[in-house]
Amino acid sequence: MYDVAIIGCGVVGAAAAQYLARRRLRLCVLEAENDVADGTTKANSAILHAGYDPAPGTLMARLNVRGAALARELCAVLDVPRKETGSLVLAFAPEEVPHVEELYRRGLANGVEGLRILSGEEVAALEPNLAPVQAALLAPSAAIVNPWEYALALAENAVENGAELQLNCPVTGAQPLDGGGWRLHTARGEVDARFVVNAAGVAAQRVHEMAAPANFRTVPCRGEYYLLDKSAGGTVQHVIFQCPSKEGKGVLVAPTVHGNLIVGPNAEDADSTANTAQGLAQVAEKARRSVPGLDLSASIRNFAGVRANTDRGDFVIQWAAPGFLDLAGMQSPGLTAAPAVAEYAAGLLEEAGLVLAEKPAETLAVPRKKIRFRELSRSEQAALIARQPAYGRVICRCETITEGEILAACREPIPPCSIDGVKRRAGAGMGRCQGGFCSPRVLEILSRELGRSPLDIPQDKAGSFILTGRTKQAPAKGGEAQ
Amino acid sequence: MSCAVNSGMYDVIVIGGGPAGLAAALAAREAGAQRVLILERDGELGGILNQCIHNGFGLHYFKEELTGPEYAGRFIARLAGTGIEVRLNTMVLDITRDRQVCAVSRQYGCQMLQSRAIVLAMGCRERTRGAIGIPGTRPAGIFTAGTAQRYVNMEGYMVGRRVLILGSGDIGLIMARRMTLEGAKVLACIEVMPYSGGLNRNIVQCLQDFDIPLYLSHTIVDIRGERRVEKAVVARVDEHRRPIPGTEIGFDCDTILLSVGLIPENELTRTAGIPLDGRTKGAYVYENMETRAPGIFACGNVVHVHDLVDYVTAESQRAGAAAARFAAGARAEGPALTVENGAGVSYTVPQAIRPAAAGKGVDIFFRVRAVYSGDLRIVAESGGAPLAAFRREHLAPGEMEHITLPKALLDKAAGSITMRIEEVHS
Repeated sequence: MYDVAIIGCGVVGAAAAQYLARRRLRLCVLEAENDVADGTTKANSAILHAGYDPAPGTLMARLNVRGAALARELCAVLDVPRKETGSLVLAFAPEEVPHVEELYRRGLANGVEGLRILSGEEVAALEPNLAPVQAALLAPSAAIVNPWEYALALAENAVENGAELQLNCPVTGAQPLDGGGWRLHTARGEVDARFVVNAAGVAAQRVHEMAAPANFRTVPCRGEYYLLDKSAGGTVQHVIFQCPSKEGKGVLVAPTVHGNLIVGPNAEDADSTANTAQGLAQVAEKARRSVPGLDLSASIRNFAGVRANTDRGDFVIQWAAPGFLDLAGMQSPGLTAAPAVAEYAAGLLEEAGLVLAEKPAETLAVPRKKIRFRELSRSEQAALIARQPAYGRVICRCETITEGEILAACREPIPPCSIDGVKRRAGAGMGRCQGGFCSPRVLEILSRELGRSPLDIPQDKAGSFILTGRTKQAPAKGGEAQ
Repeated sequence: MSCAVNSGMYDVIVIGGGPAGLAAALAAREAGAQRVLILERDGELGGILNQCIHNGFGLHYFKEELTGPEYAGRFIARLAGTGIEVRLNTMVLDITRDRQVCAVSRQYGCQMLQSRAIVLAMGCRERTRGAIGIPGTRPAGIFTAGTAQRYVNMEGYMVGRRVLILGSGDIGLIMARRMTLEGAKVLACIEVMPYSGGLNRNIVQCLQDFDIPLYLSHTIVDIRGERRVEKAVVARVDEHRRPIPGTEIGFDCDTILLSVGLIPENELTRTAGIPLDGRTKGAYVYENMETRAPGIFACGNVVHVHDLVDYVTAESQRAGAAAARFAAGARAEGPALTVENGAGVSYTVPQAIRPAAAGKGVDIFFRVRAVYSGDLRIVAESGGAPLAAFRREHLAPGEMEHITLPKALLDKAAGSITMRIEEVHS
């Protein structure tokens, strides 16, 4: 019997696991896919919002501001790329200025620090590539982050502190146990736990319904994006938002922690991560309102993510049934709020009788420290290669990712099982050739490290097979390339 | 431990050991360069030729038909005894305009190398799905044609069973045949332009001979399948390349190969601050393949994408020999003529010519903007007056053209030379 079973290992489940794993508990995390952070967490705007947007008094408002503060600490401790760029909300027309002023007041009420309303001239001086504006709200505490690396780091820290992670483990049903607690039916057998935490993202309503009739409705909302080459990464220095208008919520243009430029999202009710011609055209058109000279020919990838919106308009943090806690409706600012959601959820579990005794500090895992070859000085690179020659073999030429980094990723507490898993951990394939050059090499390394045939290495999720068989004259021995 | 200058002074460092780098290094050595070094990121020399196991290479240069590995092999064999140094599995991280090269490898560690001249021969990379924004899901089974070629020809793995090819560039056409020979069903080749981007001989030998239909003025408008490709929807496009609703055709396929263009790989060039031409996506070069950074030369697909390796070889030999002369202290100087693109011409290489350094004359390579046939003239003019006209019956964007301007004509030009295409109507 586990004390807590967390369903879902996106950023919310990972944050909850990281928080609870530092307490004396038996904890498991059940993830349906073959890797963590494989849903909404890997396909969003990658922003740690300052917290002026949610209406004061909502859970969103409270957990956003608290989450942003916790994220700052966690990213520093867990060595997650995060950059405090600040954000601007632009008012192009005089009639948009009141909205900016309203956001300013909300921000003050929510406890956001450092907010200022800038004049058009001040904005132009800060961001010369923007269209002329009347005014803008500057939020200096807004930050950009690598969302999947953040979730991975949280999940890894949880695993190192004793959480048991089960991948490829979708939960198919739940029944209450006599005497309290729940029995979860999963693809990998039954799991009993005193408390269940539903962090299933877009699937949270379905998981809720395993325990109780639905009292909220999920309205999946697709957002489409462009990711631009690093040559366009310096187009803006801040996260650039627009005011919502009668055409809907605006799209953002922002740098990423990798040095690229992200552009998007639109908003459309759809439970699909497919891109559409109309959606991309809409994003392009809206983004050019902010950055008229935006060069979308520098695009290296399009993607889409699905927000776990609900009919509630706020996070849905509630007891679905005794012992069965929903962390649902984690739409924006869910990524920012995640660690605060975890903290809040832990409080609810404690009220319900879970004992949260901290483990002694000396027994906790020492947080990870990643080697990022391209960020080292030349002399550090030289010393590293002399110690570990695998760092002298560059596998991903676009991002300068070495074999050493890929091998290190393969030896992390949650090793990758797919090409995209390596991409999320080491960054190989993130660049302008999108893995065209490095994929065969990554596949070879992964096959060797996992001891599996190249035919069994997926691109991403289970079933996303890359190779379909041997060629007619391929060497007879399995797996060896000549 | 640091990255100190540790190997003395090289005469010529060649970055890239594909066909361009091999030809440049050999020519530099023959032209008198003493210390020549090739830096190659892969485990063997030959570059992309190693995975081009089809024949058709060398018809111009060797007057015989070779496979890619055979063509590369002839140059690799010539290295023996020349004293040209080679470092394999070595990635160049950056170069400077004063010709310092920083490279890393397992074997040699972090290397800071100094050279009198540098030849850039990094080749090109393939355009990807992200660059052209194909809508739909993002399942496995979408490969650039060159990546698929590597899996099939080098690693011995098949990448699919029912294949659709987007783009009629040469690699896509070659892979249509290759996948068919390996037992896959190639359903069609889809080309957004009203003409093919590949060589005519490849259309015949790789598509027509295998009854693979070519859909001109069509493109993929949707990709379906969550984990692996299950379907592609293709539609006809109008003259602005916009899909025409109602013309959709569905193809049940598990694989899509992209052959939608090649981009010269100029990250090193760009970070060194060497000016690039937006049309070729390669460095601006003079008649001797010198970039606008003195002593740094460029050749092959890193300058402009070629369709025949024979021309890469010839161009790279000129670059290598010029680099050797630079290393020996000779300077190509004198006022430069710019070469401008007139009607119908999309780019030229070189982009500038110094007549004083041009020897007997200069070959100008170029591509045209559209398919032309009939009684055609390639006109080179200066100051509004024609210098020369060259007759052709057929010109196509997929086939690189060139003309030779003798020194005597260059001396007549002033300021610039404009290249244009003229259709003669009788």
